Amino acid sequence: MNFLKSIKAFFIELGELFYFTGRFFRELFSRPVEFKELLRQCYNMGNRSLLLVGVTGFILGLVFTLQSRPTLAEFGAQSWMPSMVSISIIREIGPVVIALVTAGRISSGIGAEIGSMRVTEQIDAMEVSGTNPFKYLVVTRVLAATLMVPLLIIFGDAVALFGSAMVENIKGNVSFQLYFNQAFLALKFSDIIPATIKSYFFGFAIGLVGTFKGYYCEKGTAGVGEASNAAVVQTSLLLFLIDFIAVFLTDVFIDL
Amino acid sequence: MGTTKEKEIIIKIQDLHKSFGSNVVLNGFSMTVYKGDSVVILDKSGSGKSVMIKCLVGLLRPDSGYIEIMGHDPTILSQKELNELRSQIGFLFQGSALYDSMTVRENLEFPLRGHKAWLSQKDTRVKQALESVGLLDAIDLMPSELSGGMKRRIALARAIMLRPQTIIYDEPTTGLDPITSKEITLLIQRIQQEYDATSLIITHDIDFAKAIATKIILLIDGTNYASGTAQELEASTDPKIKAFFK
Repeated sequence: MNFLKSIKAFFIELGELFYFTGRFFRELFSRPVEFKELLRQCYNMGNRSLLLVGVTGFILGLVFTLQSRPTLAEFGAQSWMPSMVSISIIREIGPVVIALVTAGRISSGIGAEIGSMRVTEQIDAMEVSGTNPFKYLVVTRVLAATLMVPLLIIFGDAVALFGSAMVENIKGNVSFQLYFNQAFLALKFSDIIPATIKSYFFGFAIGLVGTFKGYYCEKGTAGVGEASNAAVVQTSLLLFLIDFIAVFLTDVFIDL
Repeated sequence: MGTTKEKEIIIKIQDLHKSFGSNVVLNGFSMTVYKGDSVVILDKSGSGKSVMIKCLVGLLRPDSGYIEIMGHDPTILSQKELNELRSQIGFLFQGSALYDSMTVRENLEFPLRGHKAWLSQKDTRVKQALESVGLLDAIDLMPSELSGGMKRRIALARAIMLRPQTIIYDEPTTGLDPITSKEITLLIQRIQQEYDATSLIITHDIDFAKAIATKIILLIDGTNYASGTAQELEASTDPKIKAFFK
């Protein structure tokens, strides 16, 4: 019976999420445009995530190169390092890892913020003031995440490549210029474009799940904690699902 | 009684029902509030009075019953009409509900959004409202820097930003120490005189109710169990009513 209840609860929540997404698109194109709040959210999500994304990207590139080097050296294929790293980072590892890291920061942050606004009646106060809280809180945050996460991913990819170039420069005596020439020569538009499109969907998912969990947060501080936690867990799962669909579609249309 | 019948009706509720699952919160509640009245709804905490006022301003939809506030039924209004109606109602939330991420000034400016006439004089209006509650110095503070009493005053200032004709107070003195509670009571009395507003106050603080009410309604088991002035109810021999005044 518990299993059946869980299945029922899952489908109810899925239905609510679809309704929430539909409402987002309806409100997105309605007036007034909350431009100031959108900019504030872009600043909060983008600028304040730079350090986290930068450090993650740098370590990612550094570790990836250090770990791959001995294997490539065994085949005398160290010269393939820049192209291998750039394709792996840009196509897959960069977007997924940076999206997961930002999901931890942005999605849980949104879930906790909107959740605490819900339990302290701030959302009701907003509604009574004649402001549409969905538009002010949800639309701005989902839009900001959709716009900022791709930029953070591009920044993270760049820093990861720099980290990798640094290892090659120190260990393999490869100049930065040669490294980046090799790295970019290996990249095609069919590597960059699907990864960029995918990163917009990642951003959308991060914003949407975070706001959804916060907006429907249950009463009490425990509800806020649950909203924040569920936002991260469900966003992470959704990111992998989107990644799978994106890779599948890319394979069908571009032939990887 | 003859004089009240000639007064303008501001709030009218008839046979209001609201349940959450099997929990019946309002079970045929009815009341009428006239212009200039200061009506206190008294009950034991957690028996549905907050639900009733949320139905009044369209935050919750009742299961059945009739609601009229300032000549409108909030359950049938469009969002735009509801927003217009809400701009004429001040609402003080139980926990103050100040926006955490905004300064006091931004909190007070928030209700003015979408009101062009008010926006042009927002600085003056913010200062006036803060002066009314005696907290002009707190204008650039964040809510986290305010004490409980200060938060309640700022929330009150925010509720009167649009000079509402009707003010709804949700447990304005709950959680405050007796001295701050007394200050808030005096402040509410002063604001009522200053703004000539009709007030609907829900509370379980009997001293506050006696100090401020022109009429008290006892909400018991989701219905309007008894109503009258504090003296009338205090003189009652009904044990349920007497329990409130012990």
